[in-house]
Amino acid sequence: MAHLPAGAPAPALRRKRRRERLRTLGFLSPWLIGFCAFFGYPLLATVFFSFLHYNQIEPPVFVGLRNWTYVLTQMPLFGPALGNTLWLVVVMVALRVVFGLGIGMLVTKIKTGAGFFRTAFYLPYLAPPVAATVAFVFLLNPGTGPVNEVLGALGIPAPSWFNDPHWAKPSLVLLSLWGIGDLMVIFMAALLDVPKEQYEAAELDGAGAWGRFRYVTWPSITPIVLFAVITGVVQTMQYYTQALVAGKLASGVTIGPGSVIQPGYPDHSTLTVPQLVYSLGFQNFNTGAACALSLVLFVLAMAATSLLMRGRAGLLPAED
Amino acid sequence: MTTTTLNPPGAPSRVPAPASGPAARARRRRILHWIAVHTLAVAAALFFVLPFVFVFLTSVMGDDQAMSGALWPTAWHWSQYVTVFRTPGFLDWWKNSLLYAGLGTLLTVCSAVPVAYALARFRFRGRRTAMVLVISTMMLPPQVIVIPMYLVWAQQLHLAGTLWPLIIPMAFGDAYSIFLLRQFLLTIPREYIESAAVDGCGELRTLLRIIVPMARPGIAAVALFQFFFCWNDYFGPQIYAAQNPASWTLSYGLESFKSAHSVDWNLTMAATLLVMAPVMLVFFFAQRAFVEGVTLTGVKG
Repeated sequence: MAHLPAGAPAPALRRKRRRERLRTLGFLSPWLIGFCAFFGYPLLATVFFSFLHYNQIEPPVFVGLRNWTYVLTQMPLFGPALGNTLWLVVVMVALRVVFGLGIGMLVTKIKTGAGFFRTAFYLPYLAPPVAATVAFVFLLNPGTGPVNEVLGALGIPAPSWFNDPHWAKPSLVLLSLWGIGDLMVIFMAALLDVPKEQYEAAELDGAGAWGRFRYVTWPSITPIVLFAVITGVVQTMQYYTQALVAGKLASGVTIGPGSVIQPGYPDHSTLTVPQLVYSLGFQNFNTGAACALSLVLFVLAMAATSLLMRGRAGLLPAED
Repeated sequence: MTTTTLNPPGAPSRVPAPASGPAARARRRRILHWIAVHTLAVAAALFFVLPFVFVFLTSVMGDDQAMSGALWPTAWHWSQYVTVFRTPGFLDWWKNSLLYAGLGTLLTVCSAVPVAYALARFRFRGRRTAMVLVISTMMLPPQVIVIPMYLVWAQQLHLAGTLWPLIIPMAFGDAYSIFLLRQFLLTIPREYIESAAVDGCGELRTLLRIIVPMARPGIAAVALFQFFFCWNDYFGPQIYAAQNPASWTLSYGLESFKSAHSVDWNLTMAATLLVMAPVMLVFFFAQRAFVEGVTLTGVKG
C-alpha cells in the first residue's frame, strides 16, 4: 500500500499486515463466498450453457453459436419482447422521474396536513407488486371496473386498458406511477438540501418561479435525477412480475398446474425480455437459448451500469 | 389530518376582503399560492388513495354486486375476510411468507453487517473494486443467473419445491443491504471507532459493542427493506416453489387465488388487502427507519 516503505518491511510490520489481511478476509467472507457461489459461478455457467443444446432431460450437446443466432435472428418473439422492454425503459423511466420530481416538489410546498399527504403519496410504493397488479387489473377492468364506471358516468370514452394491445403498456405505466413513493422521498430530501440563501439571492436578481427552478433547483438536484434515471433503467430492464401477472389475469385464463400460457397478453404487448427468458427456460426447457437471451439482457444492463459508474451519481465513494 | 381533505382549500370564508397596498397584495398572493398547492395535493392524493378505497369497498360487497361495477356496497359483507382465510392453502401461504421473510431478513442482517463494516472502515487493496463488484451484483437482473442456479438446487441439492433455495443465499451477504449499510456506517464519526481501539477493543468487539448499537437505524432500514423484498418476491417463489403448492408464498399464491376464483372480485380484493396489510402495518410502526433508508440509498454517498 502507498503509505508503506518500499523494500522488505520489518518482521513485526509484516506480521501486523498479515493479521490485518486475515481480519479483512474474515469480515468479508460471507460476501466473498456468496459472490462466488451466487454470482460468479452461475454467470460463467450461463455463458457455458448458451453454447449447448440442453432440455434438462437428455444429455447436453455442444452446438456452438446456434442458440445465439436463433435468439437474435430467428426467434419470433425476440423482437416484440425487446421492443416492449425498451419502450418501458424509455417511457416508464421518463414519466416516473418527471412525476416523482413533481410530487416531491409539491410535498415540500404543502403547509397544511403535510404528514397526511406524504403518507398518502408514499403508501402505494409499499404495496406488494402482485397485490398492486391484481388491484389494478380489477380497477381498470373494462366491463365492470370502477375506473371505467366513473369515466362512463362523466361521458369520457374509456379504453380497455390491460385488454387492449395499445393500452396495456400505458396501463402498466399508470400502475408504476402509482408506486412512485421511493422517488418522491429521494427527490424531497434532495430539494430540502438546496440552500435557502440561493433562492433569496435569485429572487433579488428578479428570477421568477421558472428561473429559480432552472438556475437554483435544477443544478443542485441533477446528480439525484441522474441516479433516479439510471437505477430506473436498470430496474425496468428487469421488469417482470407486474407485466406477467397483469397479462395472465387480464386474459382471464385459469392457471392450473402444468398449463403453458403464452405470456404477453394481449398480442404480446406486455411480453418483456425477462418473461421470455423464463418462458424459454422453464416452460419450453430450451435451456441454451434461455441462457443466450439472458446474456443479451445482461449486456444491456451492464451497459447501463457502466454509465452509472461513469456518471457516479453519488454512488461511489469520493474519498478514495 | 383528515379535515384537510374533507375541507379542500378555497372555502369562500377564507378569502379576505379586497384590500390595496403592497402588504395586502403579498398576502393575497400567499393565499392564492396556498390554495393552488393544496388543490394540487388533494388531486394527487385522490390518485394515490382512491385505488385503496375502491379495493376495500369491493372487498365488502356481496357476490352479485361485486360483478356489477357498483361503486358503493349496498350491504357490508365482512364475512369475505373469514372466507379468504378458510380457502385451502391461504394459511400455509402466510406461514411460508413469514418463514421466507423472517429467516431471510435475519440471515441478511447477520451477514451484511460485518461486510459493510469492512467496506466502510478497513483500508485494503481492492476495496474500491469490491465496492464496484457489490454494485454490479445489485444491477444484475435475476434472470441472468437463475437457470444454472435452479439446476444446482434441483438436480444436485434436491431442494426444488421448497423455499430453502431462496433463504440459504441470504446468509451470504445481499448486495443491496451491504451497500445501504456501508453508506450508513460512513456517517458514524471515525473518532468513536478509534477511541474504542485505543481502549483495547478488538475489531469484533468494536463492531458488536460500539458500531451495531450506533448503526441501529441503518440496520432497521436494511431489515425492513429485506423483509419487504422477501414478502413481495414473486420471481423466486415462482422458480423454486411453484411445483409444490405447500411451499407457495402469499405473493405467489394470490395470483392463482384470483385464477381459481375467476369471477369473485370481492373475495380477491379481500385477499389482496390481506396481502398488503402486513407491509402497511410494519410501515406504520417503523416509518422513520424506512424513509431514512430510502433517502440514504439515493442521496448520501
